Amino acid sequence: MALEGTAPLMNVAKRPARAKWRRIFRSKTALVGLFLVSFWVVLAVLAPILPLQSPTKPDVMAMANPFPSAAHWLGVDILGRDILARLIFGARTVLLVAPLSVAVAMTVGISMGMVAGYYGGQVDAVISRFSDIILAFPVLVLYVVLIANIGPSVINIVIATTIASAPGIGRITRGLVLGLKQQEYVAAARLRAESTLYIMLVELLPNCRGMLIVDGCLRIGYTIITIGILGFLGLGLPPPNPDWGGMVKESTTVLNVWPFMSVEPSIAIVSLVLGFNLLADGLREAWKP
Amino acid sequence: MNMEVRNAQRPASQLDLSNGIPCTAQEPLLQIHDLRIEFRGKDETVVAVPGLSLDVMRGESYGLVGESGCGKSTTAMAILGYLGRTGAVTNGSIRFDGEELVGASPRQLRKVRGRRIAMVYQDPMSALNPVRTIGAQLAEVPRIHLGTGRAQALEMARAMLRDVRLPDAGDMLKRYPHQLSGGQQQRVVIAMALLARPSLLLLDEPTTGLDVTVEAAVLDLIAELRHRYQTSLLFISHNLGLIAESCDRLGIMYSGELVEEGATGEIFRRPRHPYTQGLIACIPDVDSDKHSRSLAAIPGHIPLPQERPQGCLFGPRCDGFVAGSCDRVDLKPDEVEPGHQVKCARWRDFSRREEAAVVVPDGDRDAGDAICLTNVTKLYGTSRGRSLKANEAVTFSVKEAEIVALVGESGCGKSTLARIVTGLDQATSGQIRLADRNIAELQARARPKKLLQSVQMIFQNPDSTLNPSHSAAFSIRRSLIKFGIRKGKAAVDRRVRELLEMVRLNPDLAERKPEQLSGGQKQRIAIARAFAADPSLIVADEPVSALDVSVQAAVVTLLLDIQRANKTTMLFISHDLALVRHVADKVVVMYLGKVMEQGTVAEIFGGAAHPYTQALLSSIRSTDPDRSKAAHIQLRGEMPSPVDVPRGCRFATRCHRKLGICEQEAPPLRRLSSSHEILCHIDPTAGQTVSDGATRSADITREPAND
Repeated sequence: MALEGTAPLMNVAKRPARAKWRRIFRSKTALVGLFLVSFWVVLAVLAPILPLQSPTKPDVMAMANPFPSAAHWLGVDILGRDILARLIFGARTVLLVAPLSVAVAMTVGISMGMVAGYYGGQVDAVISRFSDIILAFPVLVLYVVLIANIGPSVINIVIATTIASAPGIGRITRGLVLGLKQQEYVAAARLRAESTLYIMLVELLPNCRGMLIVDGCLRIGYTIITIGILGFLGLGLPPPNPDWGGMVKESTTVLNVWPFMSVEPSIAIVSLVLGFNLLADGLREAWKP
Repeated sequence: MNMEVRNAQRPASQLDLSNGIPCTAQEPLLQIHDLRIEFRGKDETVVAVPGLSLDVMRGESYGLVGESGCGKSTTAMAILGYLGRTGAVTNGSIRFDGEELVGASPRQLRKVRGRRIAMVYQDPMSALNPVRTIGAQLAEVPRIHLGTGRAQALEMARAMLRDVRLPDAGDMLKRYPHQLSGGQQQRVVIAMALLARPSLLLLDEPTTGLDVTVEAAVLDLIAELRHRYQTSLLFISHNLGLIAESCDRLGIMYSGELVEEGATGEIFRRPRHPYTQGLIACIPDVDSDKHSRSLAAIPGHIPLPQERPQGCLFGPRCDGFVAGSCDRVDLKPDEVEPGHQVKCARWRDFSRREEAAVVVPDGDRDAGDAICLTNVTKLYGTSRGRSLKANEAVTFSVKEAEIVALVGESGCGKSTLARIVTGLDQATSGQIRLADRNIAELQARARPKKLLQSVQMIFQNPDSTLNPSHSAAFSIRRSLIKFGIRKGKAAVDRRVRELLEMVRLNPDLAERKPEQLSGGQKQRIAIARAFAADPSLIVADEPVSALDVSVQAAVVTLLLDIQRANKTTMLFISHDLALVRHVADKVVVMYLGKVMEQGTVAEIFGGAAHPYTQALLSSIRSTDPDRSKAAHIQLRGEMPSPVDVPRGCRFATRCHRKLGICEQEAPPLRRLSSSHEILCHIDPTAGQTVSDGATRSADITREPAND
């Protein structure tokens, strides 16, 4: 008797799991996003070896004419510090703090959503109502209250982001799990008496992957905005660390005379956030079932 | 007028009129000539239909049959000009009533669509708009196409709902689609299609997804309405047996082209193309069981449009393939006799395909009980202290190495019972004895490893039975490790290969992702997974209902072979009675959570005593055109809700042989033989007086004479 599936199926050989990622390159949106994000990532990584001026040491001579010049490509700020160097070193902070916060928030949120969706009933009710309470707060107020109370630092920004975004991530995960747990492969796993943790991590989580990665990208973008706002409100990382939001704020007093001091860091924020958002959109497009 | 004259000239019997000869003199209503349909993707162009020609005469019912992916639905869509942005007719013509539809302007098409050609789709739920009432949606048709006023349109809608035999048409107009059952929805869709009095009706698998009893009623309705409204039909299906009764002529489609075409009777009596012969041989029929005939499957699968072979497209799957004659490029359809065409180079060499005569030896009748259910009841609590009775006092037993089929319409509790036996759910009360243990209230987690291993399940849906994130063999491997069947990576891998070979799959498929496998292949993997644990009992919940008939036959035959080789006991859940006859040793008929009748296959199919079983059996379509058509018993109404189970006999609300006592008192359990019992007030052994009277008053509807 002939065996089934001896003949190669169309497209099959060319479509292993890695192709899912390769599909991104077909989407122009994703490519633009990927370019913007990697632009900043490369600069941030290479910052120590780039021939940059010090981001913290003022160049007193340049303060007479702070406009962009051959010595300071993007000019200097009101304290005479090189803006280009401050932007690039600022990117290091942002690109460390934002993904880290989101990663922690995702871990907490996914756990909440998994448990709520899989067990359902009372457990779901408790977790979901708790999430609703947090989601009912205006996000910004939540951040300001938290940071103002526990003080600005990397750890505290991570904690604040986690508290603010975990419920949203949990809600997405819960929705996905509610649908997935009805699938027959989950029943098959239960008939093997697999542990609940195994079912969650091996049978369910990989199938939530796509949606969660897209959501994570968007959230990194939002977190960058939030970090910017916190910096602007004076709740960012303590000086003299370069902080994009803080840079905008410091120069608002001279906005009429030297607008570039505020505009340049603003453009940096916009480009990075836009990058993450486009990347998320592109991924969603590329992974559309 | 023309029609009536012609109809009057037609002979009375269906077979004689369907030989196609009287039609040839006339201009066809629909003439498809050398049609080529392409879909353009980003990288490649797919030729879905390379060159199709067929004619549908006035008043004729034409059946287009083929496996999924053969291009039959695409053809229907092309007739209506709905190929989407990527699809296009690149060659050939579609003439409808003398008018060319290929390249017609949107204006012209609008006049034809819905008005002169109407379509009934597979899924009625998505064909109806959920936010508008049935009345609003129906009235729209005459208002748009016939320009009638609102009141008159509603009146027409009401009359049409009566014609499609929906009860209480006035009330129905005010309802929303979700308030109707699947069968009722499909009747509404048919009513909608017929409202503008189209001259051609396209039916695309209109009964897939409906219960057998509902399916039978919808097919009867289509046959009746077709004659009343003198509509031509183009009936599309993957099941040759299903449409045999409804069609005058058949076209067998394979990979985008017609391989055989002829009058229905002719095709069934003397199929010439090996593919047609294969399609007929793979349909289970009620006249034979696994001891007299085994289902012959067609090996392999339909080629993808990109990999069509040269010459005969069926060549790679054909036993009779001869290089030099079958792979010639200039293969043309050949005329067997007037009206019967076949595209096969060697049709003269093929007589009717030898049926695989693997006769299954009778099982050991003295074997002990493998599993024994006693009074198994499952209640689900609903709001306000009411409860939903999914199963009530279910009692039956299964002998070792025996296959017991659980049959009944959807909602009868058969799947709940399967979940209880496997431990996905637990019974509220009752006993299930398996290997000297009561497992009725033991969930999977609480079961010892040995017990878990001995009960395995095969699921219904090939698309959800395997985890899309893992490889095909992932869960087989996991089962082997978890139950400690094999130790060490090499031993496990070797066993996985053996299991894949056992289900006749190429072991190289093991590392593929489920999305790269066909439905039949996924279901084979699921079978391999179930047998990996070396079980003594397999619960198969509709294991083949989602597959094409040709694939179905292959998977069922395989399942039976493995079951026999391993002497596994099996609980086979299905709504397909013809299939059950081929698979089971014993049949348990359930209705609304309770067992109505049980007995051996011979007892049930030879002399069903319960009115419900009789109704189920009468809904089976005969594939043999020469067989006289039995009266179809149409069940009235819908199955009551399991929350409000009727007093007395729960089948009384729909029973065609109801007695006065049925609504008052619960029926007694009658034992007709050691293995045959029914739950009914009518005593089949006690004289004919009672049942005769009951039959006369019942509404057994004879099938309307076919023309």
